[in-house]
Amino acid sequence: MELHNLTVSELSKLLAKGEVSSVEVTTAIIDRIEAVENRVQAYVTRTAEKALEQAKAIDEARAKGEELGPLAGVPMALKDNICTEGIRTTCSSRILADWVPPYDATVVRNLKDAGSVMLGKLNMDEFAMGSSNENSSFFPTHNPWDYDRVPGGSSGGAVAAVAAGEAFYSLGSDTGGSIRQPASFCGVVGMKPTYGRVSRYGLIAFASSLDQIGPITKDVTDCALVQKAIAGHDAHDSTSADLPVPDYQEALKAEIKGLKIGIPKEYFAEGMEPEVEESVRKAIAKFEELGAICEETSLPHTEYALPAYYLVATAEASSNLARYDGVSYGLRVPGKDIVEMYMNTRSEGFGPEVKRRIMLGTYALSSGYYDAYYLKALKVRTLIRKDFDEAFKRYDVLATPTSPTVAFKLGEKAGDPLAMYLSDLCTIPINMAGLPAISLPCGFSQGLPIGLQLIGKPFDETTLLQAAYAFEQNTDYHRQRPDLGVA
Amino acid sequence: MDYEAVIGLEVHVELKTNSKAFCACTTSFGAEPNTHVCPVCLGMPGVLPVINRQVIEFGIMTGLALNCQIAPFCKYDRKNYYYPDLPKNFQTSQYDLPLANNGYLKINVDGEEKRIGITRVHMEEDAGKLVHVDGPGGGYSLVDYNRAGVPLLEIVSEPDMRLPSEARAYMEKLRSILLYLGVSDCKMEEGSLRCDANVSVRPRGSKTLGTKTEVKNMNSFRALQRALEYEIERQISVLEDGGKIQQATMSWDESRGITTVMRTKEEAHDYRYFPEPDLVPIEVDNEWIERVRKSLPELPDERSQRLINTYGLPQYDAQVITSSRDLAEYFDQVVAKFPDAKVVSNWIMGDFSRLLNANNLEPQNSPVPPEQLADLLQLQKEGTISGKIAKQVLEEMFKTGKKARQVVEEKGLVQISDADALGKIVNEVISANPKVVEDYRNGKDKALGFLVGQVMKATKGKANPGLVNKLLKEQL
Ligand SMILES: [Zn+2]
Repeated sequence: MELHNLTVSELSKLLAKGEVSSVEVTTAIIDRIEAVENRVQAYVTRTAEKALEQAKAIDEARAKGEELGPLAGVPMALKDNICTEGIRTTCSSRILADWVPPYDATVVRNLKDAGSVMLGKLNMDEFAMGSSNENSSFFPTHNPWDYDRVPGGSSGGAVAAVAAGEAFYSLGSDTGGSIRQPASFCGVVGMKPTYGRVSRYGLIAFASSLDQIGPITKDVTDCALVQKAIAGHDAHDSTSADLPVPDYQEALKAEIKGLKIGIPKEYFAEGMEPEVEESVRKAIAKFEELGAICEETSLPHTEYALPAYYLVATAEASSNLARYDGVSYGLRVPGKDIVEMYMNTRSEGFGPEVKRRIMLGTYALSSGYYDAYYLKALKVRTLIRKDFDEAFKRYDVLATPTSPTVAFKLGEKAGDPLAMYLSDLCTIPINMAGLPAISLPCGFSQGLPIGLQLIGKPFDETTLLQAAYAFEQNTDYHRQRPDLGVA
Repeated sequence: MDYEAVIGLEVHVELKTNSKAFCACTTSFGAEPNTHVCPVCLGMPGVLPVINRQVIEFGIMTGLALNCQIAPFCKYDRKNYYYPDLPKNFQTSQYDLPLANNGYLKINVDGEEKRIGITRVHMEEDAGKLVHVDGPGGGYSLVDYNRAGVPLLEIVSEPDMRLPSEARAYMEKLRSILLYLGVSDCKMEEGSLRCDANVSVRPRGSKTLGTKTEVKNMNSFRALQRALEYEIERQISVLEDGGKIQQATMSWDESRGITTVMRTKEEAHDYRYFPEPDLVPIEVDNEWIERVRKSLPELPDERSQRLINTYGLPQYDAQVITSSRDLAEYFDQVVAKFPDAKVVSNWIMGDFSRLLNANNLEPQNSPVPPEQLADLLQLQKEGTISGKIAKQVLEEMFKTGKKARQVVEEKGLVQISDADALGKIVNEVISANPKVVEDYRNGKDKALGFLVGQVMKATKGKANPGLVNKLLKEQL
């Protein structure tokens, strides 16, 4: 088997046994990137030299007999909105194209402590705003299953890299589905943990009350491994929860017999591709076969989630992105005075979708409109949360499609923001409620992956992972790899 | 027509916490530009704020000292506006749920006490400082972010003041309370205490408020009073001329002594406040409030009352002395060694304060420590030196930092109380001034004073005035 097709847990065993060194595997992945990157275009910045240094250091530590964790020496990459000290972090935006952070995000520190080897930074929709990666200011990333299609977004590069064997795992960020929707489009596992489970310190903010970092992996076991490494309380993030982090991997093998799964009917809405619905229904049948109790249920305020999300997220974004003004870092386009400098910098620095959302959010917060828009959106958010609270009184997990469609063609929705927004219909309510959710492969439609979304109770990633693992053990969708047309 | 002014003040005070409001950087003043900074207070991408508990603690202290209700639940909000000294282009502040509200403080103007309402006290952060550098094409600006993120309290008063002197008294009292609490340095010239005023005028007796202007850039108590006097006159003359007051933000120009328009209502910012999503709300329980209440130091009003009760000081003296915590501490320490409180208060309010001001010193760094002032007063009381000499000695002590007895000895200032020695001089003065002696004998009492003066002159002021009087009368 090719090294790049291995999962983290498989590779970890080989490294531990000394059957392969970290330098060897890192070299193999660098070669793999060389071979496929011109078509996939997942990476914004590659740090091959640094990766080899880190790999060498891990090999030496291993040779000395130091005790190393499962991620030690395993090459990975990060979505380019996660700050890395000394390595440029661009958010795929012209405004930060040359910005080099002076500090590491908390998750980066966690992964460094775990001995990770970092291959580089991955493409995304600019400032995580988008569902196709076409909003990257640099170039679009392509879906490894079909180069003419989008990988999804905004963590498109992070997902495509894992699907194409250009990294064993990656970290993405999910504000309205940005990990799960692309994971579904590219046939990998992607989890958005509970809001507050993973520190946001060093994640360049899009919408602070919705953003959450999460793992993107080839299977559920890897997801549990990576999640364990990045989760936990962080004194630098006041919104991070001071709760113990369970041993997710240990918990995976638990039986799911008797698990109560709710199927919210609102998530099987019009506009859903029949093949997607069929695959998801089959997955639910599989759960019943495994002893779970599946029942249709209702989350009545689902239809309001999308409009409310586009008020909350854009309002926060309008304020979060105000700092990109050309004054002390990032792009500066001079002007005759400070106001003109602001305008020139932001006009040239931001792409159209980012500008659209800044304008929407500024409007929503404006005096005279605040109550009608932002405040009402917060009320809707409370109702959505209550829907889930009610459902979780009866169910352990909810199951839905991740996206109503499979990956669409590049350019297909680029001119129609509304159609693009609808692509996150099934993922957005989960961010509004701050819940954990995972997307895992559950079928194919004309050779393109379909994703199943499982939604959990707050801070109960364990049950989610157990359910996902049980499904995975009894299917082989996660073992499918795209044919990239290279040797 | 007779007009009255309506004045409300918005005061910003920098807190002297160990670290900034949302990061671990120090708040100390006067460092090289951009050395007290980190990614958080520079507003770099990806950073998050963390609440400094000491800021809340100082806020509660201030709220309690101003007789406010402390909110059991409050939160931070973002105030959005673009300015190059504001790293994030929003200020983390409090909008609809401030930490404390509904309090008051008492002022005393011309012997009359007045209660000024405090609308609210809320927490926020300071911005950086812009420095303009002249050069070709208008030059350029530099930003120093050392101050960015230093915690501030904003203290908003009710529009309860009617005179510029009341506004000044309010500011002085507020400063005094904050200094007693030890929450701020309150240096107006360094910007750690700043004040904006909302001013309107209306016909006396009217209940409705006139259109107000906001006056900024008043950097001293004197500037505050002058600016308000000017702005009130300006508004009255606009109305007298049949004009209307335009709602605007005015800037006080200290050198020209006028206010000028900074922004009109049309140019006013829409701050687009919304709850700060990166911080969790703050809950202050009763236990916390009571713990802070118990730890509060004695405040100016209480202390003043204590001086009146304990030492029988006149109210005026007590208020002047307690207006500064340091001065009051100094007073207590002098009185501990020299228990005649009224004499001490006269000296402290008089020569001591004059010398402090002249040398731009605070009581705690005065070159004359309290026990030395007590010694000096003791020397005077014992008759070792006269009152006049005591003043000279104090000046010398200020100049050189020497002890009272040392100055007296070195300069030979010991009072001449030796009747033989003085007798000689008295006789000399009598023989040198036959005409005056004649006048005295003819019943001109004033003539004696002249003769005393001559003796003092001859002894360079060292003669014991009582003894000189006695000897002169005997001889005459
Ligand atoms: Zn700092």
